[in-house]
Amino acid sequence: MKFVDEFRDPEVITKTSEEIRRLAHPNRHYRIMEVCGGHTHAIYRFGLKDLLPSNIELIHGPGCPVCVLPMGRIDDGLSIAQQPDVIFAAFGDMMRVPGTQGSPLEHKARGMDVRIVYSPSDALKLARTNPDKHVMFFAIGFETTAPSTALTLGRAKTQGIHNFSVFCNHVTIIPAIRAILDSPDMRIDAFIGPGHVSTVIGCRPYEWIAKNENKPVAVSGFEPLDILQSIVMVLRQLKADEARIENQYKRVVPWEGNRAALRAMADVFELRPYFEWRGLGFISQSALRIRESYAEWDAEQRFHIPGVRVTDPKAAQCGEVLKGVLKPHQCKLFSKECTPEHPIGALMVSSEGSCAAYFNYEHRKTAMVTSIASVA
Amino acid sequence: MNLAAADSPGDHLPTVRFREPQIEMAHGAGGKASRRLVEGLFAPLLFSSSSEPLGDAAHLDFGGTRIAITTDSFVVKPLTFPGGSIGELAVNGTVNDLAVSGARAEAMVVTYVLEAGLPSPVLEAEVRAMGNAARKAGVTIAGGDTKVVEHGKADSMYITTTGIGRPLHRLNIDPRSVRPGDRILLSGPIGDHGITILLARGELDLEADLRSDTRSILPLVEELVKVAAPGIRWMRDPTRGGVATSLNELVRDCGFGVVLQEEMIPLHDAVRGACELLGLDPLHIANEGQFLAVVSPEYADAALNALSLAPGGEDAQIIGEVREQPSGAVLVTTRYGGSRIVDMLVGDPLPRIC
Amino acid sequence: MCLAIPGQVVELFADQPTAALIDVVGVRRKVDLGLLQDDLPVKGDWVLIHVGFAMSKISEEDAIDQMRTLRMLGEAEAAMQEVEGYGLEDTRNTKAS
Repeated sequence: MKFVDEFRDPEVITKTSEEIRRLAHPNRHYRIMEVCGGHTHAIYRFGLKDLLPSNIELIHGPGCPVCVLPMGRIDDGLSIAQQPDVIFAAFGDMMRVPGTQGSPLEHKARGMDVRIVYSPSDALKLARTNPDKHVMFFAIGFETTAPSTALTLGRAKTQGIHNFSVFCNHVTIIPAIRAILDSPDMRIDAFIGPGHVSTVIGCRPYEWIAKNENKPVAVSGFEPLDILQSIVMVLRQLKADEARIENQYKRVVPWEGNRAALRAMADVFELRPYFEWRGLGFISQSALRIRESYAEWDAEQRFHIPGVRVTDPKAAQCGEVLKGVLKPHQCKLFSKECTPEHPIGALMVSSEGSCAAYFNYEHRKTAMVTSIASVA
Repeated sequence: MNLAAADSPGDHLPTVRFREPQIEMAHGAGGKASRRLVEGLFAPLLFSSSSEPLGDAAHLDFGGTRIAITTDSFVVKPLTFPGGSIGELAVNGTVNDLAVSGARAEAMVVTYVLEAGLPSPVLEAEVRAMGNAARKAGVTIAGGDTKVVEHGKADSMYITTTGIGRPLHRLNIDPRSVRPGDRILLSGPIGDHGITILLARGELDLEADLRSDTRSILPLVEELVKVAAPGIRWMRDPTRGGVATSLNELVRDCGFGVVLQEEMIPLHDAVRGACELLGLDPLHIANEGQFLAVVSPEYADAALNALSLAPGGEDAQIIGEVREQPSGAVLVTTRYGGSRIVDMLVGDPLPRIC
Repeated sequence: MCLAIPGQVVELFADQPTAALIDVVGVRRKVDLGLLQDDLPVKGDWVLIHVGFAMSKISEEDAIDQMRTLRMLGEAEAAMQEVEGYGLEDTRNTKAS
């Protein structure tokens, strides 16, 4: 696969991890946070932690849009779909996320019309092909995904498709990073920046992290070499006592972002004054809602939603894991009451949530011989 | 519980451990939920108290004559897809279940549960496909039953089969005979069937030149048995839940661990592309024409050689081996030294965008 | 968030300028080019695809550049070690590679 396999080249990966070892000062402990859930997933999938020296600690950040969604919002979305002739359409990521009365798939088992879509435009297509039903698209995601929802709403308007609405749960990344840095029990040395969010917002929005907080940021791609090179970049900056924003993912991320995407978002969305993030609490100006000009396609305006706040069990230490203060296995409920099959907290519900990723890929790895003998 | 029940062999009374309030789709997906249902509800109530691991088929002894028997049901949407249809799946699936238990399928009986309103030409096409597949596999269809249910109750049609066969000579397949150092053989590329079905459903709007791999693997198993019979410890056809599920079942049953080398796992480009696009792991995707075999080191090379020379076995690979650690887990390693645990899924694999 | 995959534009549609057929090692899907309307890709271009939308064009030049930089990692270091291995007293003025 072009633009994929090159960045999984074993020889170059080995070289890059050797460079990381050279750069990491033996007397220093580095705490590097990767913000984006996609990076968390990649780190586990490619086993990248195995390639790092023990004094580099990767901390998983809050960039998992499924994980930070309060349970009450899932209940709200499902309550809309309880109405007759409503089709609940969402990405696969949402299907097993539990609301208080069960997950979308569990609702489907009880007779709700629930469809998995790969794209918001597929949800719009469902509306076109099912004129006697109403299709409600449960939208999630950071700035990577919001422009696609925006364009889809634009198309619904221009094509006059009225049996379609969006339940908007888009959130923005910068306030989440701010919440991490403002947290008193946090100490992060550098950030691996969210590469795909940055294809939309560019690299400028992170400049305050370098200027005001004095932390290096490498906006990173998602292949093993991308993530490893980003670690090289921030280690070099830390060694030289610098703090800058670097664009590691140059082949894809424009420094200025994607103007057309930002325009589409501005046309359709506005910032909510505040929004509740599961595990992090209320954060102002951190989420998007649909503008008045698109009210007809806003599920929150077309339908009545209960809007009940559902608090997480106190025993679940999601907030601390989300902020990187605790590791997943340090939460008292991890792998006992709280597993991917029976998730209690936010970070177990999505496969890229740090607890789920750790559970699925890592925690049963015992001490092993590092060089695997050839078996052929 | 009535202790005086005369049928009880005197062992501990069966306790149902399945506590879930209702059946969900996940219980049929072949992963953890399915296992909970089988072990927690069916096993205590139906199977005689025994420590034998549950396998694909049972080998029963009737006064010195050994017969292998298996049953399976086929529920697939759409009914027809590139590479085959439900009729072929039904025959090949039955033959394959018997083959990996170490038996040659001789005959099967089949039940059709048909949905009222099913167009007759559709039924005819499936029955024709089934007949052709049975002839090709050398299996006699000895009888069957038909039921019709109301419209909306059977997704067009469900097919159930029961197959019987003759155990192959000199095989002793038992996960408890598996030892560290044993090699894991895979007969060919994985993921073709599951991805073909996913694409054929049309919901994801993806197209690829991909076909289901449904076929009888009996000829390949017979080639393997010819050269490696004393070394074959365990076999399985990785259907729903994929290679990951089968190997997780293995490590559960044998108590050791499995380490796979990712670069050795055969994969067609289109399966890879679809999995990358949808965020799926090929190890979790269903196969209908492949099998895994655990073979002792002394016989492994000969086994691989025999498979790769046989028609349809050209892509066979040794993909890993059994190790002491990590006990009870399946680990996949990459060429550059990273590794990850591969677990059984809960239910069906779901596409993701995150 | 953010599963996005590189794909190649293999077909454009005359009647739908903001749509294209993209190919990912043989898997094909119609993708929305609306987010790239300021600089639409042409047949043969590579784009990054997320939820059925093209997010960005992929620069082959930058990709090659990145690989070149990474491949050179450790070369300066290796050259220094080689020079030191010659037992020369003063290596400060020696050019690396």
